Amino acid sequence: MFSFCTTPADLPDWQWFACYLTTATHFALYRSVLVVLLLLALAAPLALGLGFLGAMAVRSRNPVAKGIGWAYVSMVRGVPDVIFFLFVPLAIDQGVEWLFHHALCPDWTEEVWQGNDFRVCPEAKTPLATSPVWVHQVWGFGLALSAFALVFGAFAANTLNGAMSAVPRAQIETAEAFGMTHGQAFRRILLPQMWVYALPGLSNLWMILTKATPLLFLLGIQDVVYWARELGGQKTGLFLYPHPDWRVWYFLGVLVFYLTLTWASQKFFDRLMVRVNRGQATAGGEALRKAAA
Amino acid sequence: MKKLLLSAAILAMTAGGALAQQVVRLGTEGAYPPFNFINEANQLAGFEIDLGNELCARASLTCEWVITDWDGIIPNLVGGNFDVIIAGMNATEARAQVISFSDAYKRPDPSAYMALVGTEASVMESGVISAQSNTVQAGMVAATSATLIEFPTPDETIAAVRNGTADAVLADRDFLLTYLNDAPNEFEIIGTVMPPGTGVALGIRQSDNELRATFNAAIASMKADGSLNALLVQWFGEEVPLFE
Repeated sequence: MFSFCTTPADLPDWQWFACYLTTATHFALYRSVLVVLLLLALAAPLALGLGFLGAMAVRSRNPVAKGIGWAYVSMVRGVPDVIFFLFVPLAIDQGVEWLFHHALCPDWTEEVWQGNDFRVCPEAKTPLATSPVWVHQVWGFGLALSAFALVFGAFAANTLNGAMSAVPRAQIETAEAFGMTHGQAFRRILLPQMWVYALPGLSNLWMILTKATPLLFLLGIQDVVYWARELGGQKTGLFLYPHPDWRVWYFLGVLVFYLTLTWASQKFFDRLMVRVNRGQATAGGEALRKAAA
Repeated sequence: MKKLLLSAAILAMTAGGALAQQVVRLGTEGAYPPFNFINEANQLAGFEIDLGNELCARASLTCEWVITDWDGIIPNLVGGNFDVIIAGMNATEARAQVISFSDAYKRPDPSAYMALVGTEASVMESGVISAQSNTVQAGMVAATSATLIEFPTPDETIAAVRNGTADAVLADRDFLLTYLNDAPNEFEIIGTVMPPGTGVALGIRQSDNELRATFNAAIASMKADGSLNALLVQWFGEEVPLFE
C-alpha cells in the first residue's frame, strides 16, 4: 500500500500498523462488511415479500394455497436453521444442474448419482468450471440469499398472519357495510392497520437476521466473522506480519460493527413505530394523540 | 443471470473442441500452514499450492483454487463444487469409503502432541487434548482415554493450549513446528504417534477414474525427477521423510 511497506520487520510501530492494516487480506475484511450489508439489504425485502405471500396463502380460502402456505410456514419453522442453510443452497444448486444436465446433455450415458458422487456433464455445471471466479461468487451469494429469504420468509409469514388477524373485525365489517369488496377492504383497511401489530415481530426478525450472517461461511462466502477469525489468529514467521493471537481485538471490532448496526436499526424501527401508530386505536396511538393535544 | 449462464453453456457446447484445456477446481482449506494458507496478499501459499500448480502444469490442466472450510470439504467434493481436495488430508480407510485418493504426495509422518513447556507426558492419556474436528488426530484422541475437545480451525487448537482450555494439542508435526519454531520457550513436543493411512494424498471423487490417473501420473513424474522431494524440503525442512 505505502512505499515504506517493503520490509515490514524493520518498521517503527505506527508504520508497521499502517502497512499491516492495509494488506490485501485486510481489504478483504473491509469488503466483507459491505458483503454482509448487501446481503441484509437484499434478504430483508425478499423475506418480507415471501412472508407476505406465505401469509396470504395461509389465509386463503383456496384449500390448495392454504395447504402449501401451512406446509411452508410449519416446515421451515420446525427445522433447525442450520440444516436449512445447508439444504436449500445444495438443493437449488444440484436441482439447477440436474435440469441443465437433462436439457443440454441428452446423450450423456453415465448416471447422475454414482454412489456418493453427484455428476453432471461439464456443460451443465452451474456456474461452469470455466467461468471466472466472480461468477462463482455471485452464484454462491445468490444461493445464500435465497436460503436466508426462505427461512426468514416463513417466520415473517407467521408474524404477518398474526398481525392481520389482530386488526379488529369491526373495521372490516364497517368497510364491507360501506360497500367495499373483499379485496378493497383488505387493501384499504386491513393492510394499513396491520403494520402496527406486525412491526415488533418484524423488528425482532430483522435483529436475528443481522446476526445470522456468519452462517454465510457455511455457504462458502467469506463474511466479516470469518475474516476476523482468520486475521486474528496467530501468524507465525511464515507470514510477513507475524503477530500473536489477536482475535480478541478483531472480535471487538466485529462487536462494535454489530452493535452499531442493531443500534441504528432500533432507531429506525422506533421512528417507524411512531409512524404506523398514528391514528390507531392502540395504546401507542392514544399516547400520540395525547402528546399532540 | 440464468440467460447468461445458458448462453455461456450453449457457447461452450457449440465451441466444442475450443475448450482444449480442461478446467479442474482444487479445493483447499487455506488455514493450515505450511501446507496451505492465505498470505497477506490474499493469495493462497504453501507446499500444497506450489505442488498443485506444478501437478496441473505437468498434466496440462487449467486449475482454479477454491477455499472452503475443513468440515465441509468432503461434502463439497462429492457434491461437485470442486474436483480435487488438496488440503493435507491423510488417505485413511474411513475416508476411502466416501472418496478416493491419489497416490501419496507426502509420506506418513508422526503426529505430535504439543504442550506448554513443563507439561507432564501423562496428559496424553489422562488430560484434555485439543484437535481439529474431522481430522485423523481427533479420531486418534477419541480412541485414547484422554478427553477430546474439537475446534473447526487448526489455529484454535493451538490457542486452546495457550489459554489453558486444553493440556496439549494433537496435530500433524509439520503444522505444529511452525508454531514451535516461533515460540521455542513456550511450547514443547511431549510425544508422537503414527496416524492411520498411507500418507497425505489428493482426494478425488470415486467415479473420477480418469482424473485420478492423470494426477497419479503427474505425481509419479514429480517423484521420478526429484522435484517433489525438493518441494518437501523447501516447505518442511530437512527432517521430512522423502520419496526414494
